[in-house]
Amino acid sequence: MTPRSRWHPWAMLAPTLVLLVVFFIVPIGVAAYESFFSWDLLTPPRFVGAANYRALLAHGELLRVAWRTLGYSAIVVSGTMSLGLALALLVDRPGPFMAFVRASVFSAYIVSWVAVALLWMWMLDGESGVVGGLLRALRGPGAPSSSVLGDPRWALVALATVGVWKLVGYAMIIFLAELQSIPRSLLEAAALDGAGSWSRFRHVTLPLLMPTAAFVATTTLVTSFQAFDVVRIMTQGGPARATELFVYAIYEQIFLDLSVGRASALTIMFFVMLVALAALQLRVWRGHARGAS
Amino acid sequence: MTRALGSGPVRRWLVPGCAGLAALAWLLPYAWMVLTSFKTLPEIVEHPLAPPARFDLGAYREVFATVPVARTMAITFVMAVAIAGAQVALALPAGYALAKLRFKGQKGAFVLVMACLLVPAPATFVPVFLMFAKVRLVDTMAALVLPFAASALGTFLVRQALSSVPDEIIEAARMDGASELRIVYGILGPMLRPTLVSLFLVSFVFHYSDYFWPLVMTTSDAVRTLPLSMALLREQGTGARWHIVMAGNVVLSTPVLALFAATQRHLLSAVRPE
Repeated sequence: MTPRSRWHPWAMLAPTLVLLVVFFIVPIGVAAYESFFSWDLLTPPRFVGAANYRALLAHGELLRVAWRTLGYSAIVVSGTMSLGLALALLVDRPGPFMAFVRASVFSAYIVSWVAVALLWMWMLDGESGVVGGLLRALRGPGAPSSSVLGDPRWALVALATVGVWKLVGYAMIIFLAELQSIPRSLLEAAALDGAGSWSRFRHVTLPLLMPTAAFVATTTLVTSFQAFDVVRIMTQGGPARATELFVYAIYEQIFLDLSVGRASALTIMFFVMLVALAALQLRVWRGHARGAS
Repeated sequence: MTRALGSGPVRRWLVPGCAGLAALAWLLPYAWMVLTSFKTLPEIVEHPLAPPARFDLGAYREVFATVPVARTMAITFVMAVAIAGAQVALALPAGYALAKLRFKGQKGAFVLVMACLLVPAPATFVPVFLMFAKVRLVDTMAALVLPFAASALGTFLVRQALSSVPDEIIEAARMDGASELRIVYGILGPMLRPTLVSLFLVSFVFHYSDYFWPLVMTTSDAVRTLPLSMALLREQGTGARWHIVMAGNVVLSTPVLALFAATQRHLLSAVRPE
């Protein structure tokens, strides 16, 4: 439609565009600019060229952080997907009991990460936590009474498990919506052709779910790549940096080391990796849109 | 799908049994959280797994003594309502311009909005903190609300919803002499009610629970939000004062869980992709 006056569209867009530019576009530019300076927030900034990037690459720190974050994401994505699909198949039934089960699982997605992280810290407590005691029993007598969160080999896996517990309700709800949109006639026709329940799942349901699975995988990947709360609350990056994920590394650089330049360089690298992941996401979503229509 | 798992007596109980176990995997942790919050410190040290001997409110008294709960919760509510309200109020006219008006630069404006979807808060907090520090706005309500007052996703969702509204409605309203603002807020707003309610609720729940942004934008308790205060209970805690931390958790989680129970359908439909 034609606007009543030429400035109307811009007046209506102005508040949104100004806020988005100031808080999303400009900051990326500011980070890129600051990444070429050495600045501790107290003394005047000093131009250092690409030294911040060189330092991050030279110590191998960047690669280690990126790799660790992808490892965390890999566990969260695979756990969320497989459990989410299994739960969706399980609770795809009518009745108030199943509705109650669905709401129970999904509730963790609503609750604050703070509450989830603190609750799991307590449950994993080596001395008196429910799960912590169980894990100690599994490891046999003489096992250290400390929490798994203090064990460099298992801390990251523990954090990722908490991530799965938090996010699986989201995956379940999306799989459910797709399962309920599969025409019953399709499954009935397969049954008439003599397909058993496993074969119906394998050859009818599963292929139809693939685009949704790709959607869930990419959204969970982008979300888990930004994980911060569980690290800050449960381990502060420890033990021995075993759980220092990307966003926590940026946080440490600026607020603990007061190193604006390093933090900005890390921010830019983080942004580049996110855009790469988002490009992957976009490709998958296009496939999803085609699959749905 | 009911026939998928057969119909023998074992199988008839297998599905509800598994579903019940799944529910317990989520409900038992909550139950333990609530039970722990009613225990006393000696009980936690000596019988960590047993339910409380009697329901002791000491942990809650301690939480209310350490944290100004009413004030903190008010700050958190004001912040979350301001963000969710601003997002709805700004997305409506922006979505209207992008969906219904034809003008030069429309495509560019749309691309700009979509590009912001690629930039999450963890990628902006360092420069935004520096920008707020420069204008002395760190540790204020503005630093918590302004960065999220416009939502790229919300603008996109409103634009999508508006594109299925027929142009005739707007033309008729123009003939009646309604102003553009009246059309946007008075006529199209009520028509998009389900979309706007979902946008408001999801935004409210997210920002009420958010830990990251208030953590990096505050330096004192001037505008400290509830998730921050409750996480601090653990940092200040010496040793195993888990009953106090869990009492804080109950205080933090109850409002959103109640909201979820009351608005389940809206929240569930909001997370599903179209």
